[in-house]
Amino acid sequence: MRREPRAFRAAALLFGFAFLYAPIALLVIYSFNASRLVTVWGGFSVRWYGALLNDERIVESAWISLRVALVSAALATALGTCAAIALARFGRFRGRGLFAAMTMAPLVMPEVVAGLSLLLLFVALDVPRGFWTIVLAHASMTMCFVAVVVRERLEGVDRSIEEAAGDLGASPGQTLWRVTLPIALPSIVAGYVLAFTLSLDDVVIASFASGPGSTTLPMRIYSAVRLGVSPEINAVSTAMIVLVAICLGIYGLARAAPAGGRV
Amino acid sequence: MTRRSLAERLVLAVPFAWMALLFLAPLAIVVKISLSRSVIAMPPYEPAFDLSLGWADALDKLGQFSFAAYESLFDDNLYVDSYLSSLRLAGVATLATLLMAYPMAYAMARAPVAWRPALVVLAVAPFWTSFLIRVYAWIAILKDEGLLNHALMALGLIDEPLNIFGTDWAVLIGIVYSYLPFMILPLYNSIAAQDPALREAAGDLGAGPMAAFWRVTLPLSRGGIVAGCLLVFIPAVGEFVIPDLLGGSDTLMIGRTMWTEFFDNRDWPTASAATIVLLALLLIPLALYDRARAAGTERVL
Repeated sequence: MRREPRAFRAAALLFGFAFLYAPIALLVIYSFNASRLVTVWGGFSVRWYGALLNDERIVESAWISLRVALVSAALATALGTCAAIALARFGRFRGRGLFAAMTMAPLVMPEVVAGLSLLLLFVALDVPRGFWTIVLAHASMTMCFVAVVVRERLEGVDRSIEEAAGDLGASPGQTLWRVTLPIALPSIVAGYVLAFTLSLDDVVIASFASGPGSTTLPMRIYSAVRLGVSPEINAVSTAMIVLVAICLGIYGLARAAPAGGRV
Repeated sequence: MTRRSLAERLVLAVPFAWMALLFLAPLAIVVKISLSRSVIAMPPYEPAFDLSLGWADALDKLGQFSFAAYESLFDDNLYVDSYLSSLRLAGVATLATLLMAYPMAYAMARAPVAWRPALVVLAVAPFWTSFLIRVYAWIAILKDEGLLNHALMALGLIDEPLNIFGTDWAVLIGIVYSYLPFMILPLYNSIAAQDPALREAAGDLGAGPMAAFWRVTLPLSRGGIVAGCLLVFIPAVGEFVIPDLLGGSDTLMIGRTMWTEFFDNRDWPTASAATIVLLALLLIPLALYDRARAAGTERVL
């Protein structure tokens, strides 16, 4: 067989990845620009990072976002893991179709729809909006992603270990706790990190679910971006990109853990 | 069916109850409010149910439901235009994303095996970076006095700045850029899963590389194409951030129109009705997506 042109494939990769990464790279580079003009290079400087740390509102919002992400990801991980175990291990049960649909639909639901419907629920129940409503909203959104990651893991490993535990006299509860969960652990860690990142990034759902005094960092960035480009936003974006890169590293390590895990 | 232990029942009941309360119930409320009338009050619609007034009162209020919000939706050109424009923009963007992603996914799937995991990580990593930040990055590039125009004018390719920012073109670029990883992954999975022997057989039977691609590789990757297109199209229809930041004041997209109706005009019934119609429009692609999921979509994460 004749070889396909290698040059074409190399060009496709180069062009594609340049398209994906050039905008992010430019944003990071210009966060170190000494000039206030965001499109003219005026020399290297870290002054915008200093300005960031002195901006009380940004620091306060970053703190809120971090707490929302930590708490909502914990809730999402617990719920998503339960949902994944039910879908991967319980066989048929009443309401399975509805259950599966409810855990998949939010993955593709437009964010405005999710945000609007949750806000209307909070209003109907007369729940004051703030930190906790954002946590609830984010946990509901991200638990579906956790469920997908954990379910994929559980469906990919041999069930004979769990069956052996049952044969050796373990109750279903014991098997769940001492065999199934350890097997799923790497994917649970990966799910937590994914949920954390998604929560940290979200602006649309948070805008619907938040109340006075609970402005998250992306909401703060959003209102600033609507007014135009500024070097401070480049700096805060770069800081977030670095944090996300660390999360991605943890996620990659957790997903690469050998199948079967420590039993 | 076997009897389940308490632990197992909890594992099922807790997420079920959570989703019923925070996914199903909110959707039911949206339906309910879409059937209500707009009033100037808080909450700004009626009838507002108050179960403490008893069931008779609730039943009485059921009679007050109206389709006024839906009628106003179709009377108002703004809404019809927003839906059509959203579908059009999302459709064109999906096609452009596919054309952009296919050569990449193809080259990734044909790269040396040792490189592939790294290439997949490189393709997915931008999905992790904040959506908002990635869209923001394009503002500095596309603005009239932005980096792209600077570069093109320095190269002498254009004399005056291109006006891209604030137009549908910018929205298109934003959607393609933001959703590219969602398209690459299913395509890559479906191309990488193909048995190389099939292409070799095509070659042995006299097909050149082009013929082998059009008649073997492309048809076999149909599952990935369908899954990728739906994963881009469905969220793109309801997109809010991209048209709001990159588009102009005349860029109509339904997510943005809903947002304005809800937050600025405070017409909750109309915004709710618009949401229901949007979901109804997406039901067909959603059902298709459900069927295509087996084609490797779940491995997107």
